Amino acid sequence: MKMMRRTLAALAAGAVLASAGSALAQNNKVLRFVQNGNLTILDPIWTTAYVTRNHGYLVYDTLFASDENNAVKPQMVDKYEVSPDKLTWTFTLRDGLEWHDGKPVTSEDCIASIQRWGKRDAMGLKLMDFVKEFKAVDAKTFQMVLKEPYGLVLDSLGKPSSNVPFMMPKAVAETDAFKQIDSQIGSGPFIYVNAESKPGEKHVYIKNPKYKPRSEAASGLAGGKLVKVDRVEIVEMPDPQQQVNAIINGEIDLIEQPPHDLIPLLKKDKSVQLIDWNPLGHQFVIRFNHVVKPFDNPKIRMAALLAMRQEDYLKATVGEPEYYKVCSAAFICGTPNAFDAPNGLLVKPDFEKAKALLKEAGYDGTPIVLMQSTTLPVLTNTAPVTKSLLEQAGFKVDMQSMDWQTLVTRRTKKDPADKGGWNILHTFSVAADILNPIATSYMVAQGDKSWFGWPSDPEMEKLRDAYAKETDPAKAKALAKAVQDRALETAQYGWIGQWYGPGASRANVTGWLKAPVPVMWNIEKK
Amino acid sequence: MLDFIARRLVAIIPVLTVVAVLVFLMLRLTPGDPAAVIAGDNATSDQINDIREKLGLNEPIWTQFAIWIGNILQGNFGESFFFKKTVAELIAQRIEPTLALAMCTLIFAVCVSVPLGVLAAYRQGSVLDRIVMAFCVMGFSVPGFVIGYCLIYVFAIELGWLPVQGYIRIGVNFWQFLERMVLPSLTLSVGFIALISRITRASVLEVLNEDYIRTARAKGLSSRVVLMRHALRNAAVPILTVIGLGVAILIGGAVVTESVFGLPGLGRLTVEAVLSRDFPTIQTVILMFSVVYVVVNLLIDISYTVFDPRIRY
Repeated sequence: MKMMRRTLAALAAGAVLASAGSALAQNNKVLRFVQNGNLTILDPIWTTAYVTRNHGYLVYDTLFASDENNAVKPQMVDKYEVSPDKLTWTFTLRDGLEWHDGKPVTSEDCIASIQRWGKRDAMGLKLMDFVKEFKAVDAKTFQMVLKEPYGLVLDSLGKPSSNVPFMMPKAVAETDAFKQIDSQIGSGPFIYVNAESKPGEKHVYIKNPKYKPRSEAASGLAGGKLVKVDRVEIVEMPDPQQQVNAIINGEIDLIEQPPHDLIPLLKKDKSVQLIDWNPLGHQFVIRFNHVVKPFDNPKIRMAALLAMRQEDYLKATVGEPEYYKVCSAAFICGTPNAFDAPNGLLVKPDFEKAKALLKEAGYDGTPIVLMQSTTLPVLTNTAPVTKSLLEQAGFKVDMQSMDWQTLVTRRTKKDPADKGGWNILHTFSVAADILNPIATSYMVAQGDKSWFGWPSDPEMEKLRDAYAKETDPAKAKALAKAVQDRALETAQYGWIGQWYGPGASRANVTGWLKAPVPVMWNIEKK
Repeated sequence: MLDFIARRLVAIIPVLTVVAVLVFLMLRLTPGDPAAVIAGDNATSDQINDIREKLGLNEPIWTQFAIWIGNILQGNFGESFFFKKTVAELIAQRIEPTLALAMCTLIFAVCVSVPLGVLAAYRQGSVLDRIVMAFCVMGFSVPGFVIGYCLIYVFAIELGWLPVQGYIRIGVNFWQFLERMVLPSLTLSVGFIALISRITRASVLEVLNEDYIRTARAKGLSSRVVLMRHALRNAAVPILTVIGLGVAILIGGAVVTESVFGLPGLGRLTVEAVLSRDFPTIQTVILMFSVVYVVVNLLIDISYTVFDPRIRY
């Protein structure tokens, strides 16, 4: 009898251990990821929100993608060729590409997807200016015929960040570009599980068993997208402190970008590691409103630029020098289009010169309306720094605090600053969005068609057009420098520091790729 | 009684009308344009205007109000500007965590606060009374999120007894559901316990000085019977009133507590909707909270008759 009891007890213990082991194994196949914000919109063409872009990379695939060195490589495309006159681009899709519903990916799908993206994205809009027509040659081959040669075809189709030209089934891509899509069918490495996803709680993705990764090793956003987990859950957790608590407690596996002030907590915990997954980082921007006084006067804008000191902004917002870089290049330090600004502009302020310029321009002491966003922590401290620097240069500044959505609304107003308009705002961009004069929306100088602040400068537009058409990389680089010089000459806007935000993962999570976007393929949980 | 209930239900109509008008006007007068938020960074003014047109935001404000009210009367609460779902669907998805949090908090708070208040009154001036009163002052003074973080630090991070955050639906796994409800309910109930304990103590103290209590004691009844049957029952009306009024604390507290503990409830939905200027969602959720508040207080009024037979409607 005793023997039987012992045997039964051993069997029961074995069963418990086996079930615990199986639960552990199961848990090791689920990756729980917390992004910088809630995922409410699932259409990556309709919005530029980075959380939606990240969702897009899980569900959809791209024709081209940039690798770790920002070189554009074919992704869904097997091969492509350009006609000798550089007007006809022929793309052939890889064999075996399928949508999540099992239908094959066709040329028609890709054409419709490019066209929808081309109605929303800045680089897409520019590309479409040059496109004469698309032709579907056969199910796997299509052509893009240009009106004149365009130097950024591959950079556009391989654009890494918002809006990314994701490929969607034709029926989905034919949705009005200003309406959200209804379907989440893509051809990417993960399948979105609508039934299990609950906005505000979590979004569930399972491994796409039919996905055919490229044979090359994964690099940046390019190469083979090998999925090493069964399931990814994007967990919605708005409170950064709780994100940190949860990863320390092992309840989540990855945080996209914990705030800088919480990084010391993570560094202390051995079960968590910090990963510099986005080595290019981000850039802060100061934007002037060119259509209302006093920044309609280029001398007054220049006086403001002369007062800028990047390090002040970076210390106030990021703090740790490890996570920022003083960089006077508009198109991001460490990239082919990085050029230092002349005379220490943006790095060393010259308050005396700024004061002299203000006097020369006849600045009458009208307060500058400076909008401060108080709900995006990374931006909150930029406005007080600007206030202090401008006051040292002789400006009067009226800093008005508001939530980000109010700022987003107010920045659309062209009224005088004292009648509900504005003079200065701050924002930031992921570096991957601003690597050249066409992708950088702040460089557009087409008046009403420009980004908020509406600069108008035909000379700048000539330079940008020349850059877009230039197919020789050396000449294109020289034109990129000319664009940066022109932006500084007219004080179109200011770039006020480059900064980095590492991601956090549990120590047993490996394979997080270096890229401008946090991607979930290649990641393994041990 | 039925007449009273009918009259109170009819009285809900003007209350809700005032709430609807106020919420609608406040949202329209607050800076922030959902069309600008939807349009994104690269949109031109024309594109933003197109979106405003499609959302009906270019209509005169009273036309927008009339359309909204007309739709609500037909049971149509509109579609969220951002979630690509009807507001009714959104609420249905998010109501369970909020209801669960409210019920757990209410049960826990009443079970703890009423005995504490009664004991504090019975032992007026004792160490126990002072401890209860000190707790009440602390409960009123310390913000909920501070209590939440302290509880998380002790019970989740240091002791590892409970999870830091998250929600498991009751139907999926009951024990995991309970595990995730403990800390949020404790956090939210601290202020509620402080409120009910104080009122219970004050009401019971008042009753304990009444002649009928002296008579009951003179009859030789035990302290327990005097307290529970005679004192507490007669002190119940103000306690119930406070519990009803405290529903407002629960609703307000849910917004903070759900955000701290990552509960996907209506409180967090409200925050998300406010931050993105999702007008249809904000309007409906606030209107729904008002209905809940009014109905709960009606139920409390009805329950008076159970505890105090002198009250007749």
